[in-house]
Amino acid sequence: MTDLTELGVAAIRDGVAKGDFTAREVAEAFNANVAAASALNAFIVTTPEKALEAAGAVDADRAAGKALGSMAGVPIGMKDLFATQGVQTTAASHILGGFVPPYESTVSSNLWAAGAGMLGKLNLDQFAMGSSNETSYFGNVISPWRSRDSNAELAPGGSSGGSSTAVSARLAPAATGTDTGGSIRQPAAFTGITGVKPTYGRCSRWGVVAFASSLDQAGPMARDIRDCAIMLGAMAGFDPKDSTSLDMPVPDWEAALNADLKGKKVGIPREYRMDGMDAEIEASWEQGKAWLRDAGAEIVDISLPHTKYALPAYYIIAPAEASSNLARYDGVRYGLRDLPEGAGLQDMYAATRAAGFGDEVKRRVLIGTYVLSAGFYDAYYTQAQKVRTLIARDFAEAFEQCDVILAPTTPSAAFPLGDKSDDPLSMYLNDVFAVPASLAGLPALSVPAGLTQSGLPLGLQIIGKAFDEQGVMNAGLAIEQRANFSAKPDRWWA
Amino acid sequence: MSVDKQTVAKIASLARIRMDDDELERMVPELNNILAWVEQLGEVDCSGVEPMTAVIPNTLRLRADVVDADPLTGGGIRDKVLANAPAPEHGFFGVPKVIE
Repeated sequence: MTDLTELGVAAIRDGVAKGDFTAREVAEAFNANVAAASALNAFIVTTPEKALEAAGAVDADRAAGKALGSMAGVPIGMKDLFATQGVQTTAASHILGGFVPPYESTVSSNLWAAGAGMLGKLNLDQFAMGSSNETSYFGNVISPWRSRDSNAELAPGGSSGGSSTAVSARLAPAATGTDTGGSIRQPAAFTGITGVKPTYGRCSRWGVVAFASSLDQAGPMARDIRDCAIMLGAMAGFDPKDSTSLDMPVPDWEAALNADLKGKKVGIPREYRMDGMDAEIEASWEQGKAWLRDAGAEIVDISLPHTKYALPAYYIIAPAEASSNLARYDGVRYGLRDLPEGAGLQDMYAATRAAGFGDEVKRRVLIGTYVLSAGFYDAYYTQAQKVRTLIARDFAEAFEQCDVILAPTTPSAAFPLGDKSDDPLSMYLNDVFAVPASLAGLPALSVPAGLTQSGLPLGLQIIGKAFDEQGVMNAGLAIEQRANFSAKPDRWWA
Repeated sequence: MSVDKQTVAKIASLARIRMDDDELERMVPELNNILAWVEQLGEVDCSGVEPMTAVIPNTLRLRADVVDADPLTGGGIRDKVLANAPAPEHGFFGVPKVIE
């Protein structure tokens, strides 16, 4: 029998529906891989019983001749930013230690309704703040990948580092991610998997621990484009409980996948070609152009003039929103409380937040508080929001000349853990290619493009017009079919 | 613009995060590095540009004026609301004394 953990979402769904294997067999196989991979620290909590329970329900439905959902029989990993009823949800923080939601997030609820099961809650950067999964209260996630030249532990990317590790190490066929400024695309690129950030508003934010509400967007992380299309279809949809949810029908993205790009124009933003760009990144970008040309597309040069200001604008806007969103952690309603002897209410707040937030979270809350404070608000926050308008306008003008944009996902392949953790700025620069699309709310993905000389994955990024996930995934599929990326990490952890 | 230790202490107090002297000392250069870097936004000519308020055009909806129309966000669930509270008392959130 084939190793079921080598199968992706579509293959599992189809195999279960045809009766080639049962959903229970699939869940058991992935539960076993999860149990054997504690060295990677991808999960904060494992829930093998949940995976088996969902699988049992799918097998029973099939036996009874009932229609099966689009994710029927597919066990997935759930980023620990999604509230899951009865299962601890921490956002990888100490301050939410032991928090057990009495409700289920809309996105996870949609996935369970489609027949998916939960293998466990995946580790991440604390409150999704980080690009290497080194800020989690529950310890670093270790990438399953290793460079040919060294045995140093590598970063799985962040903030969805548990998700990227779980999918690339075959602990799960797919996982949820969230992307505020690259947190789906960058870890997908680092680990040789595919990740899609849909248009802002496609997936409900209800029940997702908030980081920066005008940017946060959930999306799928899986082995290939088709699997992401299936999973995104299950996650997305209008939700009246999220005031920014898009009230639009969810297209059947999987059915409309088409890698023929005849008549399509692919824009190459000249401002993304930065001084001192890594030669392997540049080569992979050139290769991407050739693949898309081969798929029938015309390559055109475009300009996104405000690109260099996207990252600094992001590091005002995201911390500002975070400082407001994280004000709710006060030691009163849920989570940690630190009440020093004789302390009053204000002291309790300050002590609880000192004990409950990690360094990076504190840094961002302080930056956010500062840029929103009286006297500085206009110079920082209002200016950043104006620059954001210009960045969105750049994209709108570029899309008058092209259908999608091709760019690298990251400025380098995965770096060793600890390499950048002492220098917040150099860590932030990792998201330089990912952040502009986030600020403009546009759909974007990362698809594996190949390996570096040292054997580490590189991703290519496709950015599309608002609501055009289809165009983005079609271009991604054209790359996928030509890259034939089949590398996977050696299983050193078990 | 740059911040000194006194300013960081003030921000930390506004953000309700207790910080001792060592932490404040450590934060000063870290915050200044970040602030010096975001300063470049000042170069951008934004005259006549409106600050962004919604990334994807959307209209704010009103929900139907029906009590507990969605039980998930409706009322009458006191025990669930208090289930994760660190110190619930008599059906309320417990806090240290706030009146002197």
